[in-house]
Amino acid sequence: MKVCRRSFLSLVIGGAAGTALSPLPWKLIDDSSIWTQMWPWTPVPEDGEVSHVNTVCSLCPGGCGLTVRKVNERAIKIEGMKGYPVNDGGVCLLGLSGLQLLYGSTRVKTPLKRTGARGEGKWEKISWDEAIAEVAKKLADLRAKGLSHTVGCIAGSDRGTVAHLLGRFLTAYGSPNFIRTPSMQDSYEQTMYLMQGAQASAGFDVENADFILSFGSGLIDGWGSPVRMFKANSALKNKGKLVQVEPRLSNTAAKSDKWIPINPGTESALALGLAHVIIKESLYDYDFVNNYSFGFDDWTDDQGTSRKGFKQIVLDEYSPDDVAEITGISYSTIIDLAKSFARASKPLAICGRGQGNTPGSLSEFMAVHALNALVGNINKKGGVWAVPDPDYIRWPEVEMDINAAKGMRANRIDGAGGKTYPDSRYLLNRFPEAVNSGKEYPIEALFVVGANPVYTLPDSRAVKEAFDKIPFVVSFSSYMDETAANADLILPNHIFLERYEDVPMPAGLQKPVVGLSKPVVKPQFNTRHVGDVIIQIAKAFGGGIADSFPWDNYEACLQETLGRKWDTLNEDGFWLDSNFRAPGWERAFDTPSGKFEFFPRTLAAKNENTFPQFSPVEPEGNEGRFPLILIPYDYMRLASGFIGDPPFAIKTVEDTVLKGNDILVEVNPKSGRGFREGDQAILSTPKGSVKVRVHLFDGIMPGLVAMPRGLGHTAYDEYLADKGINFNELIGTVEDPVSGLDAAWGIRAKLTRA
Amino acid sequence: MSTLDDKAKEVSAEAVDEAETESPTEVNEKKQDNGPWGYIILFFIIGFAASLVIGWGIFPKVLYSQKKQPIDFNHVLHVAAVEEGCESCHFFREDGSFSGVPKLAQCVECHEEVQGEDPNEAKFVEEYVAKGREVPWLVYSKQPDCVFFSHIAHVNMGKMECDTCHGHIGESTHSKVYEENRITGYSRDIWGKNIAGLKKNTWDRMKMDDCAECHAENKAVPKTVETLPWPISWMPRPYEKPASSQVRVQIDKDACFVCHK
Ligand code: SF4
Repeated sequence: MKVCRRSFLSLVIGGAAGTALSPLPWKLIDDSSIWTQMWPWTPVPEDGEVSHVNTVCSLCPGGCGLTVRKVNERAIKIEGMKGYPVNDGGVCLLGLSGLQLLYGSTRVKTPLKRTGARGEGKWEKISWDEAIAEVAKKLADLRAKGLSHTVGCIAGSDRGTVAHLLGRFLTAYGSPNFIRTPSMQDSYEQTMYLMQGAQASAGFDVENADFILSFGSGLIDGWGSPVRMFKANSALKNKGKLVQVEPRLSNTAAKSDKWIPINPGTESALALGLAHVIIKESLYDYDFVNNYSFGFDDWTDDQGTSRKGFKQIVLDEYSPDDVAEITGISYSTIIDLAKSFARASKPLAICGRGQGNTPGSLSEFMAVHALNALVGNINKKGGVWAVPDPDYIRWPEVEMDINAAKGMRANRIDGAGGKTYPDSRYLLNRFPEAVNSGKEYPIEALFVVGANPVYTLPDSRAVKEAFDKIPFVVSFSSYMDETAANADLILPNHIFLERYEDVPMPAGLQKPVVGLSKPVVKPQFNTRHVGDVIIQIAKAFGGGIADSFPWDNYEACLQETLGRKWDTLNEDGFWLDSNFRAPGWERAFDTPSGKFEFFPRTLAAKNENTFPQFSPVEPEGNEGRFPLILIPYDYMRLASGFIGDPPFAIKTVEDTVLKGNDILVEVNPKSGRGFREGDQAILSTPKGSVKVRVHLFDGIMPGLVAMPRGLGHTAYDEYLADKGINFNELIGTVEDPVSGLDAAWGIRAKLTRA
Repeated sequence: MSTLDDKAKEVSAEAVDEAETESPTEVNEKKQDNGPWGYIILFFIIGFAASLVIGWGIFPKVLYSQKKQPIDFNHVLHVAAVEEGCESCHFFREDGSFSGVPKLAQCVECHEEVQGEDPNEAKFVEEYVAKGREVPWLVYSKQPDCVFFSHIAHVNMGKMECDTCHGHIGESTHSKVYEENRITGYSRDIWGKNIAGLKKNTWDRMKMDDCAECHAENKAVPKTVETLPWPISWMPRPYEKPASSQVRVQIDKDACFVCHK
């Protein structure tokens, strides 16, 4: 037998025919297609019992209600809670990505103590008992030396039980240095106080307004309560107008009915110019102005000197011609804008640039607020409301011992409430300088809760220097953020999906609302509620300090504090003061005159030229050396607060903002001569130089460079760290002459070839 | 060095040689003509037969691995002991989702202590109940992750019996061997015991065509999935409506996403 080539071929053909008639190929094809649907590396939620838990988000001041879908014990998806008074079913990108904060790699899993140099990333795991004992010992030593006032606390909020526990602890211990992180809330609170005499936050009835005049507020870029603003903005499309005044074509400007580019930093001049037109054309609300306001007409002060009123000053100094010159907006645009604003049935003027994360100039806030007063939409449907904090935390007074009383008598390190800035409550922007100069006293220990000042405060270098000077920094962060990375001790808090906490007053809401964060899942790691830790530290002291904290634990404290509201909160997820009505005009103003003060008397007594005046906040730097001006911009897909972008969110940032690891800065083609799209460049300001790429953009006014906030993290995980530049490295602070708050809106800069 | 012409000459010379050497045996060769063809056919048959044996016999054995359930479970015994029949362990949750494989918590209600002599029972209590570990049951009917199937729509609304899809599993006294497809990781019950995919009973296979068959028969509207004259994977995507009226698959917008999530 000779096996020739033909026989072999025939074997193969026979084999092929047989195979085709067997199930083998067909089954393999089918199986491989099923295999592709089943890649074992694709994460798939397990099968099991589905449940939903309602909770409240505290990742930004928005305070949205959330509904979290769970399968068995695993949280699977975060959605907006239907019927919640803030967001009614909506959720933002950051809130949606909350699960990555819960299960992701940035969590601090157990108390950590630094072993290497600051920021080196060398940690030793310690037990909770050791951690608490260490903090208590350090604090006790300082107190024994009479240095209790040198302990500070930086917190993201001063509302709710956790903030109150922190404040209470400092009081009982003997330190006046509780400092809230800065935002437009500071300026609005002070505006409310000076012009209306109200200890209240500003609430904006955006849902009922029909003409919103926004001085750079990014309604759809994350201003105030972002999800609510998104919804209000969409609703406005059908029934009203949005006019956006800002030097850059932000997303909000692009979606508005009219974008008016303005020379940056001249917004208050425009507001006063609009007031001029409104007064001159007699378009203001007579009833409100004549019966419920003070300082509109000329008046006589306590010394008997006669003073010009708001009306006269504005008519004399802010004619449309003058204002056109200052702002770069045409005469006719100013006239038209003033008329359409005043003639709208519910006009509303708002300010606070971008997301409102910086306080800005107080006279700008007052000028914008004066516009609202002129059209009489204070405390009215569709207007600005003074909303008092829900008053449910009624704890007995702290019994201060001698040490505490002595400590509490010390001046605040940031100068808030002092001689220079009597009406300001917190001035964190002054903190780094105060620590670095050591003029007042050194800070020996610092607690940081719900904040990431090393990243979010302007002038990063000064902030870092200040932190280096503080010998004992304790971070309560759940994540390894920049502040935690530069701390000596990290006592990780549960994240918002693992803990109980009251979340009062969503930013900018015109009704008093308290939300309740509830544990959606069990704590995933060896973390502890910051409320519990404070109570435990207090108890470690014994004596009066321990007595001020009569609760066994935080949950007991919360339940007792909320009293009857507890059940409502647990069932509905929120408590709304149903008796609250628009405060109206009668008896609503607790100012020296009992009226709305166009010309705040308290200010006038101190300084005549503060308001209503446009006193430009000059950007730092020499024009000759730095021909351009750098301004920041906010953008919904970049979280720029104390939480950084989770991986889902950073993925959505387009490559005109971040390309690979390079940040792009926006430059008008006219100012960016010599640069092509995507070119590398060096951006320098008096504060430092960084490498960037250029994005030529017609939507930014010539002479400016715009940089997004929220990038340039050095901590967190590989998805976020080392991407782009932190704007705060390039800008310094400028103290507002009246409030002392940071009024900087930009800084001089230059762009050179890399 | 040879030119092209030279080569051509060499070739033709060889051809002549061959012709010469072959000519004396011409007669013999004709006799053996059937020989090579015979081999060719023989080899064809060998190849054909061998591949059929491989395809039908060996391939299925290699494709599936055999696994035993962690605990041998006796349905008959349990059905007799519980009060509410199948629903005692397999029930609908309040939200309408189906609790298919019971959780340990349900078993513990009766099995906190070892009952009877069965070594399986002892193992169950020792290894799972005592340690609070869930039993890693192998699920014969587990569908790919992308398949969405609602039990309540079929059982309560469609009034289907469990055994239409799951067979008479309630009458088993032992857990049968779980055959796992080495490529897909799925139970053999999905494709069917019969490697050709043929079935005698409704519960023999659980692929899309089987869903479709039943939906077509029962005119389960409005989201009807009907059988195709060809495998579904051959359909162009997105599914367009071909000219032939034979096409019986749902082509409404979003229809695919009723079952494929
Ligand atoms: S807007 Fe703020 S509060 Fe609301 S979901 Fe987003 S991060 Fe959370």
